Amino acid sequence: MNTQTIAGQSVSVNDEGFMTSYDEWNEDLGRELASMIGIEELTDDHWAAINFLRSDFAERSETPTLRRVTKVGGIPTKQLFVLFPKKPAKKMAYVAGLPKPKGCV
Amino acid sequence: MTTTHTTTSTETPVVPDFDDDSDRKLCFVCSKGNLDMAYPALIMANGALSEGIETHIFFTFWGMDMINKKTMGDLRFTALGNAAMHMPPGLGRLSDKHMPQGLAGLPGMTGMATRMLKQQIADLDVPEVPEFLQMLSDMGANLWACKMSVDMMDLDADDLFDEVVDVINVGEFMVLSEGAQIIFV
Repeated sequence: MNTQTIAGQSVSVNDEGFMTSYDEWNEDLGRELASMIGIEELTDDHWAAINFLRSDFAERSETPTLRRVTKVGGIPTKQLFVLFPKKPAKKMAYVAGLPKPKGCV
Repeated sequence: MTTTHTTTSTETPVVPDFDDDSDRKLCFVCSKGNLDMAYPALIMANGALSEGIETHIFFTFWGMDMINKKTMGDLRFTALGNAAMHMPPGLGRLSDKHMPQGLAGLPGMTGMATRMLKQQIADLDVPEVPEFLQMLSDMGANLWACKMSVDMMDLDADDLFDEVVDVINVGEFMVLSEGAQIIFV
C-alpha cells in the first residue's frame, strides 16, 4: 500500500494511483483528482455521476459499470463520454475515489 | 504464504495512465446470426469502447440478422450441431455430460436452449442484442452493413437498425479498416 499527498491530504492509493479507502475521499480530493487527469472543472453533471458512483458503491461494495450508471443512475451513456472523455468508467471511478469497475459489461 | 506489506509515501502523486492519445483501432466482422455467436463481438466491442479504442463493427451474411429490425430481437441458440453442448444445469452429474445430438434435434429444443441462454445472459445483467447495439452506438461504435448481403437478402436501409451508419462494400471496408486490428466472428 502507498500513501500520497493530494490536495494537502495524505491518502492511500494503489500502484496505479487509484484511492483505496472509501472514507478518505472528499469533494476537495475529487476536484484535485479530476484536475490531475485533465478535467479542470467539475460541473453539476459531473457531480451527479460521481455521487451516483459513491452511493452505489456504498450499497453494493462494487464500482458500477457504465451500463449501470446509465440504467440505474439515469445518466445517458453519450453524456458520460462527454463528461469523462474516452474512458468514462475508469475516469469516474478515479475521481470518485473508488476501484476500477470489474464487470465486463 | 507470507505477505509483506510495505507503506511508502511519495511526494509526487502517481496518476493513472489513461493513455488518451492511443490511436488503436479495432474492426469486428460479425458473420453469424446465432444468439451465442452474436455476443462475443458485442462484449469485446464494449470493452474496446470503454478503453477509448476506435471501434467499427461490420455486419455481413448471417450477421445481418443482428441488425435486421425483424430478426435482431429474436436470435436463436441451437444445441444441434454443437458438439460442446452440455446437458442443462440442475441435473446433478448428468449436467457435466455432453448432450447427445439425437436429443438436440428433438422438436422444441432450440426454443428451450434459446430461453435458457437468454436467461443466463440476463442474470449477468448483460443486455439483449438490440439494447446492446444501442449502448455500443451511444459509446461511439460505428456500425456498418455489408452491401452484398443487403442486396442478396433484398433488404434496404429501412430494414436495418437505425444506428447503422451506412451500407458499404468490401472496398470501403478495406479503407476504413486500414491500420486496424480485425476480429472475425
